[in-house]
Amino acid sequence: MATREREPTMNDAPLLEVTDLSVHFPVTEGVVRQRTIGAVRAVDGVSFTLRRGETFSLVGESGCGKSTTAMAVLRMQPLTGGRIVFDGTDITTLTPAAMRPFRRRIQMVYQDPYGSLNPRMTVRDIIGEPLVVHGLAGDRKTYAARVAELMELVGLLPAMAGRYPHEFSGGQRQRIGIARALALDPDLVVCDEAVSALDVSIQAQVLNLLMDLQQRLGLTYLFISHDLSVVRHLSDRIGVMYLGRIVEVATRDDLFGAPQHPYTRALLDAVPIPSPEREAERPHRVIPGEVPSARNPPPGCPFHPRCPHALPQCRTDAPALSARPDGRLVACHL
Amino acid sequence: MMTAPADQTAPLLEIEDLSVAFRTERGLVRAVDGANLTLRAGETLALVGESGSGKSVTALSILGLLGDNARVERGRILFEGEDLLRLDRRALRGIRGHRISMIFQEPMSSLNPVLTIGRQVAEPIRLHQGRSWPEALDQAAELLARVAIPDPRERLAQYPHHFSGGMRQRVMIAMALACQPRLIIADEPTTALDVTVQAQILELLKTLTRETGAALLLITHDLGVVARYAERVAVMYAGRIVESASARALYGTPRHPYTEGLMASVPSLTGEPRARLLTISGQPPDLADLPPGCAFAPRCPHVHELCRGTVPALQPATGTSDRDHRSACHGYP
Ligand SMILES: Nc1ncnc2c1ncn2[C@@H]1O[C@H](COP(=O)(O)OP(=O)(O)OP(=O)(O)O)[C@@H](O)[C@H]1O
Ligand SMILES: Nc1ncnc2c1ncn2[C@@H]1O[C@H](COP(=O)(O)OP(=O)(O)OP(=O)(O)O)[C@@H](O)[C@H]1O
Ligand SMILES: [Mg+2]
Ligand SMILES: [Mg+2]
Repeated sequence: MATREREPTMNDAPLLEVTDLSVHFPVTEGVVRQRTIGAVRAVDGVSFTLRRGETFSLVGESGCGKSTTAMAVLRMQPLTGGRIVFDGTDITTLTPAAMRPFRRRIQMVYQDPYGSLNPRMTVRDIIGEPLVVHGLAGDRKTYAARVAELMELVGLLPAMAGRYPHEFSGGQRQRIGIARALALDPDLVVCDEAVSALDVSIQAQVLNLLMDLQQRLGLTYLFISHDLSVVRHLSDRIGVMYLGRIVEVATRDDLFGAPQHPYTRALLDAVPIPSPEREAERPHRVIPGEVPSARNPPPGCPFHPRCPHALPQCRTDAPALSARPDGRLVACHL
Repeated sequence: MMTAPADQTAPLLEIEDLSVAFRTERGLVRAVDGANLTLRAGETLALVGESGSGKSVTALSILGLLGDNARVERGRILFEGEDLLRLDRRALRGIRGHRISMIFQEPMSSLNPVLTIGRQVAEPIRLHQGRSWPEALDQAAELLARVAIPDPRERLAQYPHHFSGGMRQRVMIAMALACQPRLIIADEPTTALDVTVQAQILELLKTLTRETGAALLLITHDLGVVARYAERVAVMYAGRIVESASARALYGTPRHPYTEGLMASVPSLTGEPRARLLTISGQPPDLADLPPGCAFAPRCPHVHELCRGTVPALQPATGTSDRDHRSACHGYP
């Protein structure tokens, strides 16, 4: 097993196609005998496509279903409906055995560099564990060499392989997590709030690393973050979610240059700018109202109760995600 | 000269030469080392700096909430003229949640999952203000309404897990406001939240400081948030305050290389996408094994001999629009 340096691909079939994905959680009542009294529609008809070698980000209000979508793509979360096609194969209903080769190719970097590493394992065994699990560890020499290669790849000294996580700083621990995710030479890496717990100078190191690795290894990223400056810096395209649905999909420049959906606009308006002068000049609007609950979503457009431009139609008909002349997708009647 | 009556500009909180150390397996860790901070009524002071630089420990010292392995080695924390470090536990408890409130990062772990929201918001009102339960619950409902939680009456009967992250954080704020504090300490209050909920919460805190004259000590990593909400900023590195200034002066003319590094490493909404971000080279300092001299020297692009031997004092800076701008750097006198 070695890290492939992929050529910029000629293959323009998408790497991942998610169609009409939904994940509903049952809401139960009763202590002894549980009854289902409803459902949380955490993800409700989400479709998007990842092209090879690109970074696609999901953004949106907390609780809108970003992590649940990611977990469904990783097949770590049972689906209520929809289809996931990875590199041409429908993986929606694959058995665990049939799923195995695909598990290798889709990996995840977790948010918490402190909590996600086993404190009793050496860094060598943390990074190498996926190789062992998939029976790819080989003999001791090959294993050590592969771990050393991975450590170098993420900018850690291989000489540190015998140390334990607590001996590393936050940024180094996040590198360990990235090395582990790369151990099986994946095609797709899901980063769910992977840099949020880091302070800005360390965050910058990890973002540089993610961009380097993408270039060298041709990785495709599904990136989730609340930090829109980070999202803009890294992404090729962005999907904006609201209450379990995608309301806008656009390229980085289109989305940040001219957001179309009223929720996207409100979101970008809320990003604070690191300049006291500019902040003093701009109005500080907040979106009125509450995030509606995914348990009782409003009829029609999920954003209409808070939308400054809502039409009567918005209260009754849910707008479909449809293509605009510039190629972006927007779900809005306006 | 006559002694002025409690005048408006007298500092509300003055931290003088505070040092706090922890006993650990690895030896003595001095988490805060000679810190000075001043906060006036109605003012928002942001405390920024590297992870592990002592921001939370500073906040916890004010509230007397340090663990048993901590020792305050030196210093004074004057709050409305009274040294909090000399108060006994009971007196401190009287001030905590009454004249000083704290909002922590993780609302889920600071709320009790098995008690209703109403109970948790009303209890301190009952205790500190000697109200009856029905009176305290009325006031709790008003507070929830003030932090923009819809149907506050109904919500009082619910439990924390019925609330979203942003709503739980607003409950924490409602609790912090229950007793009309003079000082609110908010440690990373919005880190786990998206920008729209973040704006909602910070606008609310800001309005409150305006309305009640309370001061806000805001600990955050987010330099955008600092620019939007803080009048003054103090930057910490390895337990020391290395720079303090008005927000405008700090962003306009930073006078410490660590502050410059910090500003340069944030991606911006207008920068070149995918460009390499500038980083601060080297590793964060090990507090149990600090170099002599300036703690930033091993990572500083402008380091010279003096820096490796002598700790720079926090001194008035030059080349800045702010008369109170201070920095601790041999290279930026
Ligand atoms: N196991 C579960 N059981 C019931 N509800 C769940 C479960 N997991 C998630 N949810 C609900 O599904 C919705 C979407 O949650 P999810 O974690 O995907 O949001 P998110 O967009 O990742 O939010 P954040 O930005 O806060 O991480 C929320 O309303 C959440 O409360
Ligand atoms: N209870 C404790 N025992 C031992 N050391 C501690 C304790 N609490 C804090 N420290 C140490 O004190 C230093 C300062 O910690 P503090 O929590 O104040 O950092 P911070 O600036 O708030 O960082 P962050 O931005 O990551 O929250 C750290 O090196 C930390 O490891
Ligand atoms: Mg999430
Ligand atoms: Mg802290």
